[in-house]
Amino acid sequence: MKYGIVVNTGPYTHQASDTAYHFTAAALGKGHEVFRVFFYHDGVNNGTRLGVPPQDDRNLPEKWSSLAQQHDLDLVVCVAAAQRRGLLDADEAKRHGKDADNIAPGFRISGLGQLIEAGIEADRLVVFGD
Amino acid sequence: MATLHTVNKSPFERNALESCLRFTTPGSSVLLIEDGVVGALRNTRLAPRIAQAMENITFYALGPDIRARGLEESRIIDGIRIVDYAGFVDLTAEHDRVQAWL
Repeated sequence: MKYGIVVNTGPYTHQASDTAYHFTAAALGKGHEVFRVFFYHDGVNNGTRLGVPPQDDRNLPEKWSSLAQQHDLDLVVCVAAAQRRGLLDADEAKRHGKDADNIAPGFRISGLGQLIEAGIEADRLVVFGD
Repeated sequence: MATLHTVNKSPFERNALESCLRFTTPGSSVLLIEDGVVGALRNTRLAPRIAQAMENITFYALGPDIRARGLEESRIIDGIRIVDYAGFVDLTAEHDRVQAWL
């Protein structure tokens, strides 16, 4: 089965981003296809590589990056939500005259069309949020 | 066309579960996750409402979230089935669509 996943909360606002991660990992573990994971609203905070959580805390951006690398996942961050929250890739940083970028490996910045496409392409769209 | 409804709020915090139960149709299912698992406990104000709903819909609760809150599975209402994340995935595949009550 082909899945689309929507994540609407950040790692430190609600358990939903953890649930989304565990669900995605379980779906891949069962041999399903994950067409795309779309990070929207505060969910874009899952995509920063500059977070330094304590060693005994889970590091969700790292876990998503590693899952993306293992399974060739498409992790898409909503551009409008990302700009508001200071999540930038190199192109966006340059375009807005910022001195750094912070997007984690495996994530890319794109628009809402990617969410619509995931809704059309996937057999199931599963939403996680607050 | 069966729908899997996911509820992630305690029924004592918000009315997501009660709203959900007003829209479920016979043959659909409700999966309680995150703080939603509190709604699966016996002897609460909501338990009779769930018992009534169980006549035509099936209830599930996410085991890892029950245990993460220190709740014993023995305190869960009889008939509510406990699943893990793999079981959650199976439920989404078995139903035609998933509706999250956020």
